[in-house]
Amino acid sequence: MIHLHDDKIKFLEETANQIRQDVIEMLVEAKSGHSAGPLGMADIFTALYFHILNHDPKNPMWEERDRLVLSNGHITPVRYAAMARAGYFPIEELKTLRKFGTRLQGHPERLRLPAVETTSGPLGSGLGQASGMALAAKMDNKKWRTYCLLSDGEHDTGNLWESVMFAGKYKLNNLTAIMDRNNIQIDGFTEDIMPLEPLRQKYESFNWHVLEIDGHNFEEIVGACEEAKAIFEKPTMIIAHTIPGKGVDFMERDFKWHGIPPNKEEAKKALHQLRTLDGKIKSEHE
Amino acid sequence: MIHQDANLVKNIFEKEKLEQTPTRNGYGLGMVRAGKENPNVVVLCADLTESTRSEYFQKEFPKRFIEMGVAEQNMAVVASGLAAAGKIPFISSYAVFSPGRNFEQIRTTIALNYQPVKIGGAHAGISVGPDGATHQALEDIALMRVLPNMTVLVPADAIETEKATFEAAKTQGPVYIRFARAATPVFTTKDTAFEIGKSYPVFEPKDKDKVDCAIIACGPLVYNAILAAKELEEEGLSIAVINNHTIKPMDEEHVIKAAKKAGAVVTVEEHQINGGMGSAVAEILAINFPVPMEFIGVQNRFGESGEPDELLEKFGMGASSIKEAVKKVIKRK
Repeated sequence: MIHLHDDKIKFLEETANQIRQDVIEMLVEAKSGHSAGPLGMADIFTALYFHILNHDPKNPMWEERDRLVLSNGHITPVRYAAMARAGYFPIEELKTLRKFGTRLQGHPERLRLPAVETTSGPLGSGLGQASGMALAAKMDNKKWRTYCLLSDGEHDTGNLWESVMFAGKYKLNNLTAIMDRNNIQIDGFTEDIMPLEPLRQKYESFNWHVLEIDGHNFEEIVGACEEAKAIFEKPTMIIAHTIPGKGVDFMERDFKWHGIPPNKEEAKKALHQLRTLDGKIKSEHE
Repeated sequence: MIHQDANLVKNIFEKEKLEQTPTRNGYGLGMVRAGKENPNVVVLCADLTESTRSEYFQKEFPKRFIEMGVAEQNMAVVASGLAAAGKIPFISSYAVFSPGRNFEQIRTTIALNYQPVKIGGAHAGISVGPDGATHQALEDIALMRVLPNMTVLVPADAIETEKATFEAAKTQGPVYIRFARAATPVFTTKDTAFEIGKSYPVFEPKDKDKVDCAIIACGPLVYNAILAAKELEEEGLSIAVINNHTIKPMDEEHVIKAAKKAGAVVTVEEHQINGGMGSAVAEILAINFPVPMEFIGVQNRFGESGEPDELLEKFGMGASSIKEAVKKVIKRK
């Protein structure tokens, strides 16, 4: 178990809260997009961009950077927000999400925005790409790691399991995958649509090192990523249990919020909750 | 007569004496050559290492060969990831599986991503023979040429396939190379020119300025087109034959020039006539210089088991069918 300094945890929590507000503002402005996933993954993206990744926002394509592959491209607003807050591009650009001429496409595109690493959206293909990057790094004795964020729902696809076998075969210990285990997908709860459990045992039997964490606890997120670096001969899957819509009570755990944005009224309510930490702070800073 | 600058084999019309080699051998040799020139070239194969001739590379560079198992979708995305980290991956399988089964992965992670992945589609065309319809890719040119950023190559014999494979490794962006299972005549030589995006005249009338019909062909059927042209010449017709190995980006200038000179065009390919090379020629001519056209290829049906020559004859891609198409199109002028 890793212990982070209290100031560090406070900083990460505040940053994640800010990123959640960014996501709400981006979605209401865009009038389309996904709400639940980005809010649920805000803590993990914050931990990655503000503590875990070896990267340089001012030199985004730095050759020795850690690669971060987002397989479930539909939650890209949270990545865009984290990148902007980390200094990759101006915060104001977030408002262009999904609009004509934007670099912030509805689903991320490699050729439009440096360091998104790949174009994604169609599910099930990110882990294989991350595996290819990790294998190339091994062939060339490079020190950088590859991180892959993926959803639970995309475990319905065959391509993903092909990649799970592949990464196990090639013992890609320079690959850390983090699964957003939020139990929802577009049509409903994952275990109703196409049961995925037992996920831990599935990955273990494919020769992966598996960790399960609370995806909203920074010490657990950072600790798991540190542990993964110390594993030899196996890739690591971190099953991060998250609450979809986390931080906005009327969105939490409701699959209806998977694929829709808030309207103006809902956004106002959501932002109020985030800015007052659910009523704990009386003076809201707009 | 054979075009003088084409540097084809001298005894081209002695079919029995010509070396017969499958184009897939050229793919294997081309990858080895590319691998020697560039250490970043890697080869992935989906459990078909011998029959796609990826084994040539595997033997030469075992550490740069990646066995994927029967997983064509994963082969495409792993290759995309390797390319993102600086490699030049060739991915090998039968064309019905790659680009057949993994089309979306190729579309999103290779074509839209603009990654330099080279897709080798083996066992393309009806000449796959005994394996039957499931393994005879007749749709792959259409699938690949519709993708932005994709280069599509259909070389005519083993030597040209080696050149195409070698050049593909040096080309920016994704490339699809189509090749076949059956042994077919080797009629080009190492001195025959090859450049991606440039088609070549291989047969021309004695009087270059008087052409009754231009035959635009790709793949091993270029040889059948040459045979047909020779017989037609003996019957008094003036025929030009073009080896149109680059389906995309197509040599528009040459295609338009040929249509202007001949006033009639027959396209020849071992592929569905819908969406293939002939369709691409028709798109160019419809806009620039419409002339009567006939299409030699598979007529909207699936293949079946048989020997390559039997099937080519039955499905209307032999020299006699090409001759008939030429006579028909000339009447429509």
